[in-house]
Amino acid sequence: MNVNKIENGEQLTVEIEGRVDTTTAPALEAEIKGSLEGKTDVVLDFKNVEYISSAGLRVLLSTQKIMNRQGSMKVINVNEDIMEIFEVTGFSDILTIE
Amino acid sequence: MKEITLEATLDNLDKVNAFIEEQLDEAGCPMKISMQICVAVEELFVNVASYAYGDGTGDITVGFSCEDGTVSVSFIDSGTAFDPTKREDPDTSLPASEREVGGLGIFMVKKSMDVLDYEYKDNKNIVTIKKKMA
Repeated sequence: MNVNKIENGEQLTVEIEGRVDTTTAPALEAEIKGSLEGKTDVVLDFKNVEYISSAGLRVLLSTQKIMNRQGSMKVINVNEDIMEIFEVTGFSDILTIE
Repeated sequence: MKEITLEATLDNLDKVNAFIEEQLDEAGCPMKISMQICVAVEELFVNVASYAYGDGTGDITVGFSCEDGTVSVSFIDSGTAFDPTKREDPDTSLPASEREVGGLGIFMVKKSMDVLDYEYKDNKNIVTIKKKMA
């Protein structure tokens, strides 16, 4: 997994590439959490995410909870297979997906 | 039936993934189904690696077979008896603030696989998932 962060004032865009699984999710969580302070607008770009398991979903949920308090978060460029996982788990209702 | 036996630790997740992906490739499993099976395998393996042997460790055997277009993956460990089919489902209708972070893995397995079976035999947990490839 690779993570590329673009910070611009109160905006944070996180481009994620590869697999978000039990092995890689802690690194993603650390990357995101380390940059959330003072951010009101967070975008997670899933264009190059190939795979997500519940460990990755947990990172999305905990980030969403933080952003509910301090601004907004959206997930963009979600592919069809990952969208199905979001739907099955009810995450499609929790997350703002564009 | 092909199988791999290794120590049930999170470090070995990559090896299990590699084994399953190779088998799915050989079976000609479509991409989408492959991903669902890989997610289910990860959830079940991680479950055993995290809880089955408490603070100690032990082995897990992961078996793969593909017959009549249906993939079966089995997980056998000799740890604490645990029936994942009895795990209570999370309430997926709750808003983020009320959602719990746990319990999602097994729920994903139940939702995405055609079959999730459990049996406890000869002091072993035997969990089997099945999924049609088409």
